[in-house]
Amino acid sequence: MSVATRRPAALNALILAFLAIWVIAAAFPFAWTVWGSFKVEADFFSRQSWWMAIEGTRTQAQTGSAFTLAGYEGAWVQNEFWKAAINTLIVTVSVTLISLTIGTLGGYALARSGYRYAFWILIAALIFRAMPHITLVSGYMLPFFQLNIWGVLPTTIIVLVAINQPFTLWMLHSFFLSIPKDLDESAMVDGCTRFQAFRMVIIPVMWPGVITTGLFSFLLGYNDFAVTSMLLAQENQTMVPKIASFLGSIQNEGNVMFAVAAVVSATVPLFILVLFFQRQIVSGLTAGAVKG
Amino acid sequence: MPHRTFFVFIFPSILAMVLFITLPIVSVVVQSLFVQHEAVLITVENCDPFGCSEQTRIDTEAMAKLEAEQPLGQFAGFANYLNRNHLAVDEIGAIFADNQGLGDIVSQIFNLPFYKALSFTLVYCFLVTPLAMALGFAIALAVNTLPALLKGPTIFVSILPMIITPLVGSLILAWMFNPSGILGATLQSLTGDPTLSLRASPALTWIVLLVYGVWTNGPFSFVVFYAGLQTVPQDTVESAKIDGASRWEVIRHVIIPHLAPLATFVALVQLMDNFRVFEPIVGFSAEANATSLSWLVFNDLVGQDAQLFGSAAATSVITIVGVLILLAPVLRRTWREFNQKAV
Amino acid sequence: MKFTKTFAAGAVSLAALLAGTAAFADCGIEGAGSVRILSNDFEALRIVNDVALSCATADVTVTANATAEHKNIQGPALTVNPAEYTVAVVANNSIVPLLNDDLIRPLDDLVAKYGASLQPNQLIKIDGKVMAIAFMGNGQHMFYRKDILEKAGVAVPTSTEEVLAAAQAIKDAGLMEYPLAASNKPGWDLAAEFVNLYLGTGDEFFAPGSAELAIDNDNGRKVLETMRAMTTFMNPDYLTYDANELNKLWDAGNVAIMNQWGSLAGAATDPATANAEVAANTGFAAAPTIGGGTIPGAALWWDGFTIAKNISDEDAAASFQAMVKGISPETIAANPTAATWLVAGFEPGPTAVGVIGNAKGGARAYPMQPYMGLLHTALSAELADFIAGKEDADQALADVKAAYDAAAKEGGFLK
Repeated sequence: MSVATRRPAALNALILAFLAIWVIAAAFPFAWTVWGSFKVEADFFSRQSWWMAIEGTRTQAQTGSAFTLAGYEGAWVQNEFWKAAINTLIVTVSVTLISLTIGTLGGYALARSGYRYAFWILIAALIFRAMPHITLVSGYMLPFFQLNIWGVLPTTIIVLVAINQPFTLWMLHSFFLSIPKDLDESAMVDGCTRFQAFRMVIIPVMWPGVITTGLFSFLLGYNDFAVTSMLLAQENQTMVPKIASFLGSIQNEGNVMFAVAAVVSATVPLFILVLFFQRQIVSGLTAGAVKG
Repeated sequence: MPHRTFFVFIFPSILAMVLFITLPIVSVVVQSLFVQHEAVLITVENCDPFGCSEQTRIDTEAMAKLEAEQPLGQFAGFANYLNRNHLAVDEIGAIFADNQGLGDIVSQIFNLPFYKALSFTLVYCFLVTPLAMALGFAIALAVNTLPALLKGPTIFVSILPMIITPLVGSLILAWMFNPSGILGATLQSLTGDPTLSLRASPALTWIVLLVYGVWTNGPFSFVVFYAGLQTVPQDTVESAKIDGASRWEVIRHVIIPHLAPLATFVALVQLMDNFRVFEPIVGFSAEANATSLSWLVFNDLVGQDAQLFGSAAATSVITIVGVLILLAPVLRRTWREFNQKAV
Repeated sequence: MKFTKTFAAGAVSLAALLAGTAAFADCGIEGAGSVRILSNDFEALRIVNDVALSCATADVTVTANATAEHKNIQGPALTVNPAEYTVAVVANNSIVPLLNDDLIRPLDDLVAKYGASLQPNQLIKIDGKVMAIAFMGNGQHMFYRKDILEKAGVAVPTSTEEVLAAAQAIKDAGLMEYPLAASNKPGWDLAAEFVNLYLGTGDEFFAPGSAELAIDNDNGRKVLETMRAMTTFMNPDYLTYDANELNKLWDAGNVAIMNQWGSLAGAATDPATANAEVAANTGFAAAPTIGGGTIPGAALWWDGFTIAKNISDEDAAASFQAMVKGISPETIAANPTAATWLVAGFEPGPTAVGVIGNAKGGARAYPMQPYMGLLHTALSAELADFIAGKEDADQALADVKAAYDAAAKEGGFLK
C-alpha cells in the first residue's frame, strides 16, 4: 500500500534526476575543496586553467608530488590552529549550553503566559535580531575595555549567547507551544511547583526540540565572524577569525591554502555532529515550527 | 502563568538581551542623532622618512574642551538620516525637479549609494527567500519518496551548503565561477563565448549572487519542510486520493496547507537574514556591481581608515526599520494567534 | 612517506626560528614594566613582535596581539586608562585616528634616552614632536615582464603614457590580450589607485589649511581618464581584482605591467613557490609618472610604532626599549628580505628596488590630514561607476565631492 509503488516510472525518473542534480550541486563544491586542499595555491586557485587543480602541475613542481599536506601543516603546525580549535570548542559548547539553559526557561515562560507583555517581549526579541551584528560589536568595544573584560573567552561567550537569544527564544517558545498545557498543569495539581513541573515533566518530552535549537545555536557560535574577530585577543582567537587571518590583508600576502585546509578540517567535527544528530534535527523542528 | 513566576523564568534571557542588545541599540539610536564637534584645525609641519610637508591636524586640546562640555557631539536631529550618503532627501528632490524622463530619474537615483545598496538588498531578499523555500520544498518532497537506505546520506549532503563557514564557502564558490575556474570555464565552452565573465557585468553578478543565496539558504527550508512532511496526516492523504485527487492536487490541497505555518516561520527567519546579506558580496568581490545595507555599515565601520559611527548608526537604524516593515504582515499574524491563545 | 618528510622539515625550520629569536634575549630594559603590543598580522611585524617578546624578564612582562582588526581595536583600546595596549604599530593612515583623538604620547624624551640605534629619518615628527618611530617602508610600484617587453620591442615605461603605448605594442604583437592589471576593486584598493596617481600630479587633495576638497580640477580628470584608459588593456573582470589577486595573476603569467605593493614583490619572485618562468623575467621599477610630471604616481608608506598616552611612564619606557630592540639593526640583519626596512645597516635587495626608486624619484607620502580617511572612503565607493565606464569623469568627481562633504559634515570638518 506504499505510495511509491504506484508512482509512474517517468515521475520516478524525474524525481531521481532532480535529486541527483541537487546532490551534485550541494556536495560538489565541498568535494572540490577537499580535493584542492591537498594542492598548492597556484593549482587550486589557478589563473590559467582549473585543469591544473586536477593534475596538480604546480604542486608537482613545488613539492615533487601531486598531493601535498603543506596547507594542513601550515595551519596546524606552523600557525597552531589547534589552539584556535580548542578555543572554538570552549566557545561553542559554552554558548550552546548557556543559550539552552536560559532559553528553555524563557521560552517556556513565554509559551505559558497569555499576557500581552509576553507578546511584546517576543516582538522585541525579533527586532533585536534585525540589528547588524557589526554595529552592536563596535558599540561593545569601549565599555569592554573600560571594564577590562575585552579579549577573553567568557565575554565573547556571553555576547554570543545574548545575540543568539532572540532566535533561541523564538524557536523554543514554538516547541513549548506544541506540548499540551495539561501536562504541566496536571503535574502542578499533583503538588509540583512550576519549576518542578518544568524540570520533571516538560523537559523530558522536549529533548528533540532542545537538541535542534542547540544545533542551531552551535552553528551560530561556530560560524560567527563579526563578534569573535573583534572581541578576542590573538591568544584566544577561535577558528573563523584565525582562518580570516590566513587570507592576508591589502599589502600583505596571506596563505589561502592554510585557510582552505583549516576550513576542511573545521568541517570534520560538523560532519560528525550532523551525522549524529540528523534524526533529532528533523524530528525536533517539526514539533516546534508547525505550531509556531 | 502568574507575573512573578514568568519573570523568574525569563529573567536570565531578558538580562542578557537588555545588556547586550537593547542598551547598544539605544546608544546606536542616540549616536545616529549626533554629528561630531566642529574640528579645530591647525597647520603644522609633519616630517616622515620621505621628507617634510605642511599639513593640517586637529588641535586636540581645543577639541578636548569641546568634548568635556558636550560628550556626545553636536545634536543634528535627523541630518545623518537625510544626508546624501543615506536617504538623500535633497538630492532626490533635485532629481525629480530636474530630469530627462523616467529612465534618467532611475539612473540618477541608483547613483546614490544608499539606493544602490537598497535595490540589491530588496531584490536579493525577495528573490532568494521564495526561491530558496521552493527549492527546499522540492528537495523535501523528493527526499521523502526515497527508500530509507538512501534517505540518510541524501539528507546529510543536502545540509552541507548550510554548514560550510560562509567566509570561505563564498570564496571557493567565487573561485569556481571565475573565468578560469571550473564553472566559469564550463559555462564559456557551453555558451561558446570565450569572453563570457560572470563577474564583469552587473546583471550576471547579480544572478551569481542570487544563485549562491538560493544554494546556501535552500537547506534550511529543506530541513524544516522535510520535518513537516513527516507529520502530514496519512489518512487525509489517502481519503483525498480515494476522492480521485491527482498527485498534484494532494500536494496543492493537503500538503501545502499543512506546511503553511512552517512556511511562515521559515519566511520570517529567512527574510530577516537575507535583508542583512553581506558575506557573498565580499566573498565574490562583487562590490562594483552589488552592495547591500549591511555592506554600507561594514564599510563605514571596519572597511576603511576613518570610522563613521554616526553614519553607520543611521544605516543600522534604517535596517531595523526596513526589517520591521518587511515583517509587518507576519507580526500581525502572530498578534492574532497570540490573542486567540487563552490566558 | 612524502607527508612525514614535509612534517619533519616543518618542525626543523620552526625549531630554527625559535632558536634564532631566543638569541636576542638581552634588551637591557631598566626597571620594571608591562609591554603590551597591538599590531597588524603579517610576517615582518611578527618578527619584530617576537624579538620584543624575548625582552621579557622577571620584572618586565611582554605580550603581543597581532590581528588584522588592529585598526578597529586600537581606538577604544587606547582610549581607556590605563590603555589596554602600550604600543600600537601603525602606518601613515592608521596613526591619524590616534592623533585626532590624542591617544599617543610624544617620544622625544624616550628617543634621547634609549634611541641611540635609531636614524633621524625614522622619527615621524608632527609639529616638531616625535610621535612615531618608523621601521618599514612600502608603496606600490611597477612590476614588469622583461621578456614580454623585449619581444614587443619596448623599453621599460616610466610614465603612464608609455605604459599605455607599451600595452598597445604588446597587444598588437599578439603577446597578450590583456597586458595590464590594477587593483581596481571598489573599496580601499580602488581609492588607493586614485590617490597614487593624483599624488603623482603634484597637486593637493584639499584647499590649504582646510578640509575643503580640491580634486575637482584638470589633474583630477586627467587621473580618472588615465585610470579608465588603462582598463581597456585589462581583463574584463578588472573590477574584482585586489592587490592579492594581482600577484596571482602575475604568477600565472597573465599580466605584463602592473602597479603592485613592494611588500608583495618578494612573494612574486620567491624561488620556492613562484612560477619559475615568470619570476625569472620579473623586473621592478618606480611607479610611472603621469601627465608629463616627474613624480612617481604612488604613495609612500611607512610602518612604525607609537606609545600610548594613557599608561605609566615606566610602562612607556619599557615599551619603547622593547620595540627599539624589536627593530634593532641586529633583528633586521637577521631578516633582510622580510621587508624594506628603514633601519640603519639595511642593504636593499632586488625586491626593494621599486620602493627605493619611488622614494628617490620624489614620490610623496600618503597624506596624514585628519580627514584623508573620509576622502578615501568616498573615493572607494563613488569611483566604481566611472571605472566601469558607466559615467563620465565630471559626474564621478561630483559624486566623490558630494559623498565626502556629507561625511566631513558628520565628522565636524565642514559646516
